[in-house]
Amino acid sequence: MLKDLVTPENANVFIGKLGDILEKAIDKPLGYAINWGRIWSLWPVHIETACCSVEFGAASSPRYDVERFGIIEAFGSLRQCDLVVVQGTITRKMAPRLRLVYDQMPEPKYVIAMGACAITGGLYFDSYNVLPGIDGVIPVDVYVPGCPPRPETLIQGCILLQEKIKRMKARKFV
Amino acid sequence: MSTETENPPADAKPEVATPKPAAKKPEETPIELPAFEKSISDKIVEKFGDKVEVGFVKEDRVRINVGRENVHDVAEFIRDELNYDHVESVSGVDYPQDNEIEVVYHLGSYSDSSLARQILVLATRAQRETNPIPGNDATKLPTLRDVFYSVEFHEREVFEMFGVFFEGHPDNRRLLLPEDWADLPPLRKDFAIKGR
Amino acid sequence: MTFTLPPGLALQKVDERIMTLNVGPQHPGSGHMRIIVQIDGDYIVACDPDPGYVHRGEEKMAEYRNYITNIPHLERPVIHDSCNVLYPYVLGAEEILGIEVPERAKYVRVIASELNRCIYIMYWLAIYGIFLGHSTMFMWPAGDRELLIDLMEKMTGARVTHAHFVPGGVRNDLPPNFEDVCLRQVNYFEKRIKEYAAVFYDNPILISRTRDTGVLSRQDAIKYGTTGSVLRASGVDYDLRVKEPYDVYDELDVHTNVMKEGDSYARSRIPWLDMMESCNIIRQALQKMPKSGSVRTKLKPNPKGKGLNSVYKRVESGRGSLGCYIVSDGKTEPYRVKLSVPSFRNLIALPNLLRGEKLGNMPSVYWSLNYWPVEADR
Repeated sequence: MLKDLVTPENANVFIGKLGDILEKAIDKPLGYAINWGRIWSLWPVHIETACCSVEFGAASSPRYDVERFGIIEAFGSLRQCDLVVVQGTITRKMAPRLRLVYDQMPEPKYVIAMGACAITGGLYFDSYNVLPGIDGVIPVDVYVPGCPPRPETLIQGCILLQEKIKRMKARKFV
Repeated sequence: MSTETENPPADAKPEVATPKPAAKKPEETPIELPAFEKSISDKIVEKFGDKVEVGFVKEDRVRINVGRENVHDVAEFIRDELNYDHVESVSGVDYPQDNEIEVVYHLGSYSDSSLARQILVLATRAQRETNPIPGNDATKLPTLRDVFYSVEFHEREVFEMFGVFFEGHPDNRRLLLPEDWADLPPLRKDFAIKGR
Repeated sequence: MTFTLPPGLALQKVDERIMTLNVGPQHPGSGHMRIIVQIDGDYIVACDPDPGYVHRGEEKMAEYRNYITNIPHLERPVIHDSCNVLYPYVLGAEEILGIEVPERAKYVRVIASELNRCIYIMYWLAIYGIFLGHSTMFMWPAGDRELLIDLMEKMTGARVTHAHFVPGGVRNDLPPNFEDVCLRQVNYFEKRIKEYAAVFYDNPILISRTRDTGVLSRQDAIKYGTTGSVLRASGVDYDLRVKEPYDVYDELDVHTNVMKEGDSYARSRIPWLDMMESCNIIRQALQKMPKSGSVRTKLKPNPKGKGLNSVYKRVESGRGSLGCYIVSDGKTEPYRVKLSVPSFRNLIALPNLLRGEKLGNMPSVYWSLNYWPVEADR
């Protein structure tokens, strides 16, 4: 029966589904382990949206060295990332791109809104081309206030996100 | 030949009160125009006569106002005879009460070291439409792109921000605004931003 | 429910030979802009920069705020060079409002602006290093930059967004004992950046990647109206600190660094030489600065401009000459503020430099233009 079900064409889909079934089955006993794995692989998409990217870059500098926590590691392809750090203002031109980037990422994915502009529009609350916060575009997990936030604040935001993931159900995204 | 200078009111006051005893020296200096800058504006006025109007002659800054039909000739003269070789900025200024949009070119020179401090302000005005259809209405100016190559992106910016179409510009596309922008050009005075 | 993509996002037809590539805005090597390149094999045939992803309408917002409240948002285009990007606006506002600046404030401004120039160039150098695949060159400048950020933090109270310059001077006086700390840090900093030559500028891999790529001749540099390090790398001796000295630069001895090659290597070397020059200027300014005195002329709460008036002021920022055109109509708000930013002026060189280059050389040419997209979009 399994032979009829699985053909070379749909083998990929089947194996993917199998993974989901397995995850459901082992959620209770191994949920903690799955979350633990997710905590230490918070790799951000390389999308800069405004000037907070300066402090984002400074967070990787030797003084702050955010990579010692095993998070925010500069990475190329968004297919292998699971974190979007929205670094500042989202303009009307950037918003569809941000959504496209978010949609292309595989689950699980988390969003950090960095800076006042990404949270409420900040200094640009009355500008004609700036969105009042990114909540309307993508769901946000952690807000990191500041204009721009200091690198320590960003690190604290990431650690808050880790705490949040720890308390999440591992099955949430299935 | 009209050489009017735009003196700040602070300087104009002591001029009226001439018989005051102490401040005699500082009152003469603002009337005397800087010589080198005066010679630049004189050259342009000599060539074009009534077609140009000297806005002001200050230290390091000369302003020339030109009608839109002569702006191309004046720009060519400035490039060929006066050695200005690039444009620093092109800014539009909206004057709804005059029903005009002013486009200001700030010209500078790298090749002539005597002009290194100088900025020549070339201003021209385009007709303003109350209901603009950018590109298809009377708000048009001749482009200076064939005179100064460096205006290319600046004029594209003025086109989308004010709706001033530059005739003869090879690439009058949108530059900074989102692709689906369908509102008024945003830097016009009648475009109000939210909450203001 | 149907969702149609905006026109710029629509899929494009692939020609048999010429292929269109979108580099950015989500791309490790592009920053906050998109560059549409058409490639034939490995060679770039045409290039169309598409900026505007961070266009925040600063110029429109400036028309609704008065001369003082304009300061915080007008420095946001380049937050790591925030003193310099604010400088021409403050100079222009001073002329419009008719304010004199105390002598000590002018020196404080020069020191702050030179420190900020170094901070900007160090960040740019870190980015340039990482996009050429040189990780050491990310870590070293990003770490040494923090030294100067500490100095600025001591001086102004903020890490990057200082809002320190105001019409009439600077916001605060220098903290006690600042001169000694500054001198010590700057001397150490200069010693550090001299070591970059061995790891970066004399590195044969860097030289092979940047020599003779994206050559901008002297005529073209003038024709495109480029500015700053791009212009000086092409052999034009033009620096506003020498040519049109503002504040107290005419009392200081400033040397202009010029190179003749006009390639990416020269464009990346000029900012590094500029940093050493900045250290010199800071030392001179610390020596000549009046030891005490006021640093700020007090303003009335809502200062007004005098009549219809316009000024165009420019300063030499970390990227080149930065101008600010202010039109005032006698109200508390400026009638029009236009920032003429060096990144936007240098952008026109990009399509012309990339034509005929290999695609792999794009990062080295693009980042050597000293381009900061947030500034170009305003």
